[in-house]
Amino acid sequence: MGIENVIFIIILAAAIFMFVKSIRRISYNINLGRDFSFTDDSGIRWKTMAKVALGQSKMTARPVAGILHFIVYAGFILINIEVVEILIDGVFGSHRILSISGDFYNFLIGFFDVLAFAILLSCIIFLIRRNVIKIDRFQRPELKGWPFLDANMILVFEVVLMSAILIMNAADLKLQSLDVIGYHHVGSFPIASFLVGVLPDSEAALIAIERSMWWVHIIGILIFLNYVPFSKHFHILLAFPNTYYSNLKKKGELDNLESVTYEVRLMMDPNADPFAAPAPDAAPPEKFGVEDVSDLYWKSIMDAYTCTECGRCSDVCPANQTGKLLSPRKVMMDVRDRAEELGAYKRKNGVDNVDDKKLLGDYILEDEIWACTTCNACTEACPVNNDPLKVIIDIRRFLVMEQSKIPSELAMTFTNMENNGAPWQFSPTDRLNWKDES
Amino acid sequence: MSEMRIKTMAEMAANGEKPDVLFWVGCAGSFDDRAIKITRSLVKLLNAADVNFAVLGTEETCTGDPAKRAGNEFLFQMQAMQNIEVLNAYEVDKIVTACPHCMNTIGNEYPGLGGNYTVYHHTEYLQMLIDEGKLTVEGGEYKGKRITFHDPCYLGRGNGVYEAPRTLLSQFENELVEMNRCKANAMCCGAGGAQMFKESEKGDKEVFVERTEEAISENPDIIATGCPFCNTMLTDGVKHFNKEKEIEVLDISEIIKPVKK
Ligand code: SF4
Ligand code: SF4
Repeated sequence: MGIENVIFIIILAAAIFMFVKSIRRISYNINLGRDFSFTDDSGIRWKTMAKVALGQSKMTARPVAGILHFIVYAGFILINIEVVEILIDGVFGSHRILSISGDFYNFLIGFFDVLAFAILLSCIIFLIRRNVIKIDRFQRPELKGWPFLDANMILVFEVVLMSAILIMNAADLKLQSLDVIGYHHVGSFPIASFLVGVLPDSEAALIAIERSMWWVHIIGILIFLNYVPFSKHFHILLAFPNTYYSNLKKKGELDNLESVTYEVRLMMDPNADPFAAPAPDAAPPEKFGVEDVSDLYWKSIMDAYTCTECGRCSDVCPANQTGKLLSPRKVMMDVRDRAEELGAYKRKNGVDNVDDKKLLGDYILEDEIWACTTCNACTEACPVNNDPLKVIIDIRRFLVMEQSKIPSELAMTFTNMENNGAPWQFSPTDRLNWKDES
Repeated sequence: MSEMRIKTMAEMAANGEKPDVLFWVGCAGSFDDRAIKITRSLVKLLNAADVNFAVLGTEETCTGDPAKRAGNEFLFQMQAMQNIEVLNAYEVDKIVTACPHCMNTIGNEYPGLGGNYTVYHHTEYLQMLIDEGKLTVEGGEYKGKRITFHDPCYLGRGNGVYEAPRTLLSQFENELVEMNRCKANAMCCGAGGAQMFKESEKGDKEVFVERTEEAISENPDIIATGCPFCNTMLTDGVKHFNKEKEIEVLDISEIIKPVKK
């Protein structure tokens, strides 16, 4: 084991340590949300996860992006098999240790070589879509600044990583053909072989290139690993649990607030004494609806951390399409950003302390909340089964039931419903008049 | 045969009768002039199939859907519990309604509050009647027309009913044309989530204008819907484009006509 390997082990350990720390940060932030009991249907849940996350079933709705994304996603997973080898080589100072598996290894390396090129190409097309063609859903206000940069950085990252693999392979191939010691004849390099011609002929230079690309690749991967938890790219991990915990009910169904059921039953029960002391086992009076991320269920915060910022939701949102302020993607991003902020504050100042900001007001505005038609186009379109509508309804509940902040026409509607049992001002005794009209 | 036969639950109960199905009329179906026409068309179809049904009449009250979707969970649950009390007292188990919002609320949200019923959208129910041979329908004046169907959000995405309306519409040599955004990708008419009852937020276009524009671009004779609120929005949209002479907005129950036996 040489000094190289020691350095490698130290870097690897540091990278893993930092990554675990990030995971704990995110898990802390998700747990700012309230607990929620899920139906256990684990069979259906695994299936949903297999279909939506593993099988990318909802990505095909947009075939171009869907296919390109599939190449990058599947390629990324497969190429990580090679990373296993890189890790072993890095720790033990071996070279292409898995090549002992013979022909299969040669096939695999050849396949990865092609895959690396396909990923490289896909990422370049993705970059062009974002920066040259300027596809509309990547130009919206909520993507200005960091999110736009983030998306580009990830793509550039992948371009660098994949280029490193290809150049490394090309140098290796040339070294092999020169019968340099340590570079035994292994692998097949259908794409990298095209690069051999542009490489220098000197053995020392080739070794330097091969080694430095090896390092660029693995250090790149470790940096990438630690970048991901600060990026929308974290969806590569969270998409799996997030789709597992998908809403399995009919999309049209909204949850019934149990705390309200309790009070309504009390009101409607003629025998209940309104002044009686609450039952000793009664839950403490709860805040209705959502004002801040800590009022959300943790699943909504997980949604937010899983959000890929793809904008498919906002692209099909009738409110967003007609120029309203509402953008379901922004709702998700706001939840995440606020969870980051509140989580950081609590970790610094203690769990029981809160800053003076709120999700509602400082991030999401009433005008956004009231523009939603509850049409579920967003939940249908979301490739990771997020539910922005849930957040919107929960905030409406807070506005209406805690703050009585209601658009005035809706206040009228409520009054009519209370008095006439209909949203309009008609007498309930006229309900059957349609029978005689024509 | 234009005379309608309608009984209320109370009348039936007084005679010791029990209907096979309750027709939930809904607020729009009871009070809105346009939606009343839909209600009456549906009754004619039910009568033609000799369905033993009843309505709640004055005992019916709003399901609470707009309140729930506007965040007023209290009001929703008060409405819901009132209705559940009435429905359970009459031992109702099957419900048919021409309003996807009522269908969704009663079918999906009432069970958690103690109301368990099998709820059908009228298109599903009519299709069942036809399949069972109880109802024969014809296209009448609408035979052979070019029709585009607008999927109501709470029927389609909300409850996964896409086929019944289309099957009903495609049996009289009608030309059924789909809009670009249809079925699970259909665009909302703009009425849901209590938007029907308020001014829309500031934007550069009305949702119903955007959706109607899409429907009109298919050059239909008829825009068909299965929801009284979609009907209102699209009717407004057709007026917005001054197309009310060329294009009719109709509920499916108005397009199919019962064949007299
Ligand atoms: S449910 Fe609301 S946020 Fe989602 S697409 Fe429809 S209008 Fe937009
Ligand atoms: S919520 Fe879903 S559809 Fe919307 S931007 Fe995030 S990942 Fe995309």
